[in-house]
Amino acid sequence: MKEFALKSEEKFHSHYLNIEKVNKRMTTRLFINNFVKYLFLASTMFGLIVLAFLIYTILRDGLGWINMDFLTNRLSTLPERAGIAGAVVGTLWLMFVVGPVTMVLGIGTAIYLEEYAKRGRFHSFIQTNITNLAGVPSIVFGLLGLTIFVRMFGFGPSIIAGGLTMSLLVLPIVVVASQEAIRSVPQFLREASYGMGATKWQTIRNIVLPASMAGILTGVILALSRAIGETAPLVAIGIPALIIPIPSSITDNFTVLPMQIYYWTIDSVLVDEYASMAAATIIVLLIVLFLMNSVAIIIRNKFKKRY
Amino acid sequence: MGKTVSVKDLIRNKDKKNKLMLKAERTIPFILFALASISILTTVGIVSTLLYETFLFFREVSIIEFFTNTNMKPLSRVEPSFSILPLLTGTILISLVAMLVAIPIGLTTAIYLSEYASESVRKAVKPIIEVLAGIPTIVYGFFAFTFVTPILREFIPALQSTNALSPGIVMGIMIIPLVASLSEDAMNSVPKAMREGALALGATKLEVTLRVVIPAAISGIIASFVLGISRAIGETMIVTIASGSSKNFTFDITQSMQTMTAYIVEVTSGDAGAGTTAYYSLYAVAFALFIFTLLMNMFAGHISRKYREAY
Amino acid sequence: MSSLSISTELPLKKETTEQVNKTVVYDTKNLNLWYGNNHALKNINLPMYKNEVTAIIGPSGCGKSTYIKTLNRMVELVQNVRISGEILYREKNIFDKEFRVEELRTRVGMVFQKPNPFPKTIFDNIAYGPRIHGIKDKKILKEIVEKSLRGAAIWEEVKDRLHENAYGLSGGQQQRLCIARCLAVEPDVILMDEPTSALDPKSTLKVEELIQELKENYSIIIVTHNMQQAARISDKTAFFLNGEVIEYDDTDIIFSTPSDKRTEDYITGRFG
Repeated sequence: MKEFALKSEEKFHSHYLNIEKVNKRMTTRLFINNFVKYLFLASTMFGLIVLAFLIYTILRDGLGWINMDFLTNRLSTLPERAGIAGAVVGTLWLMFVVGPVTMVLGIGTAIYLEEYAKRGRFHSFIQTNITNLAGVPSIVFGLLGLTIFVRMFGFGPSIIAGGLTMSLLVLPIVVVASQEAIRSVPQFLREASYGMGATKWQTIRNIVLPASMAGILTGVILALSRAIGETAPLVAIGIPALIIPIPSSITDNFTVLPMQIYYWTIDSVLVDEYASMAAATIIVLLIVLFLMNSVAIIIRNKFKKRY
Repeated sequence: MGKTVSVKDLIRNKDKKNKLMLKAERTIPFILFALASISILTTVGIVSTLLYETFLFFREVSIIEFFTNTNMKPLSRVEPSFSILPLLTGTILISLVAMLVAIPIGLTTAIYLSEYASESVRKAVKPIIEVLAGIPTIVYGFFAFTFVTPILREFIPALQSTNALSPGIVMGIMIIPLVASLSEDAMNSVPKAMREGALALGATKLEVTLRVVIPAAISGIIASFVLGISRAIGETMIVTIASGSSKNFTFDITQSMQTMTAYIVEVTSGDAGAGTTAYYSLYAVAFALFIFTLLMNMFAGHISRKYREAY
Repeated sequence: MSSLSISTELPLKKETTEQVNKTVVYDTKNLNLWYGNNHALKNINLPMYKNEVTAIIGPSGCGKSTYIKTLNRMVELVQNVRISGEILYREKNIFDKEFRVEELRTRVGMVFQKPNPFPKTIFDNIAYGPRIHGIKDKKILKEIVEKSLRGAAIWEEVKDRLHENAYGLSGGQQQRLCIARCLAVEPDVILMDEPTSALDPKSTLKVEELIQELKENYSIIIVTHNMQQAARISDKTAFFLNGEVIEYDDTDIIFSTPSDKRTEDYITGRFG
């Protein structure tokens, strides 16, 4: 490469930096910069490649097993007759409990924090508490559920016990999302409502909540998708490996898709087909999660920035 | 057309109803307060159950022995013995492997996206990497057990079918998005003017990154590492599936190891009935787990708050 | 015709012998620049001379900031920038593929609108440039730091706290620190993009005095929105309007007998 080093008579007042040396060094520095750039690009690609691999192996192993029978059959010890109907219904039941419970608790907490509680020690105490709860390992929530709901309340490993445990686990997601949504409602809307003589609660119910509903719903959907993908808390509350009947009431024992994946994966050393069945179940779970996230994104984009 | 009703009449009629409503409204803050208290009750529930059962456990097992003995045989009929050390080494080693994957790849991904990539590349790549964070951990467990371990065994014949290495690597992959996204946020909050100042002196992008951007964003970056470690310690399903249940006190990552989380799963899904020492032991382990993760999360929160105040 | 209204012709062609003998450090030829579809600089032709202060004035949005950022190619950090024409820095086209941007920026320092010290100590701020260019010797670094801080007339104020964070300095001190940081790389030209716009009058005065001193050893190109400042400190002034150079001449002439009506309107405050 032709160097653009300046001629020596143009070196004027340079005392410490030698132009030729600086330029020579620059060639190395630029080479390193370029090399590192591609190295970091490769590192960024690593995540993408792993993701592609993960999806590829799961599709390769599981796609062949997905058919109507697999989706509608009950669990069976015989691979060719086993299906995930019970787990699908159990997952729906779980959402049926977690959705309303987290919505009521989450929105209530968020309204209290944003609209009623005075900023102060107690407010920041609840806020810190929610932040810390979000970081507690899910297995610890499982132990809480085991001790309180399964044993103390005597619910056993039922839908209600699992649903309440899961609700507490994902509650911080809904609270934080709802708080953000409520905070983003412009103050002038509230003032307009008060100005017409509305009470605080009327303002919240008729103005604040409708305006923040999109954000709240997005949070609830994200919380639900976290809940139906979680396994550890349900293992801890003692959901058994084999449940043949399909649950029909909230006090029935149940299983969910991740539990089914778990048991089939660890038993794949015994029966080869179980690995493929686990992969097939993963496909179903990922499709459900994908759909839920798409709905969340659609809601968020549709209601984005109206003010 | 019927008789006309004046607005005044309407308001007067409404006023009667309103008085009742106003009374009802006074109860609303209390209802909301009760709902908000649930989160505090949850914390109280977690801490008190863990404390209480841990206390019961230490009535039967010496606390010193629990932390110094290396012999972990909770379900032995003959001579049960309890020690957290094998679980601690398992947890620490697997988390270490995970962070050896997540920190370099997560940080360099953050650097690439925030300093080198064009806006369009960034907008395309970031959501895809975040998909990795949205995949349920059970899926990673499956991936580690049925895919990564068999591949690793091709290269390392001594690797057991359940081991610490494979779940560690996969857990690291799971944590990449967390480290990448939080580090990138921290680096993005470094003012553009600072980068320009360095570029105008003839610095290359790499030099700007290493000597200006990273030092300025360091607390946010460290917070992302700490949160990553906390996630690794609390992660359950990957290790339950792929690292087995051996409670040997060992530092060999090709061997099966049990983490604290996997131990809790084993004991709760096994047949240790309530009231047995093995049953209480899981609360002692969970208590240690809770304290570790809580301290780390609080530490991460503290340092990242500090950097937010910097500019 | 003693002053020149600038057309596509190279300006200052028919100048006195005094002008001809001066070394040209920067020569802009037919420069055009677009941000997307926005034609921000139109056919700029400007020669700039060694050891002179060249001021660039004009109303906001006239392209003066864009132009100065083009001189060290910082403008390319913005997405969707398209450039045609050439800028010769000491007779070499800065857009030439073989002219490395980093090399250009080592030779041409820049001071920004807002002081932008690094979140490091005063010492490390100054030493940053020399260090990236390979100077590791502590003793030499110390000498450079002292010389640069003296050069930027801030040594006396900071010599006892070189190892404190630069953020502890006042705005005016920070800006002189940034000038010192720029001097530490021993540049040939210093570009200043409204260096006093974020400073109070007292600090502004100090920086202006400093610019006068620096001119002995450096060529300075300064963008300013303050016409009095341009009149006080510069040797030559270019008036920009809507991305074009309306007039370029000795500062005395521009401010006493401008040849273009628009220049006159601007400097007498009739618009802008």
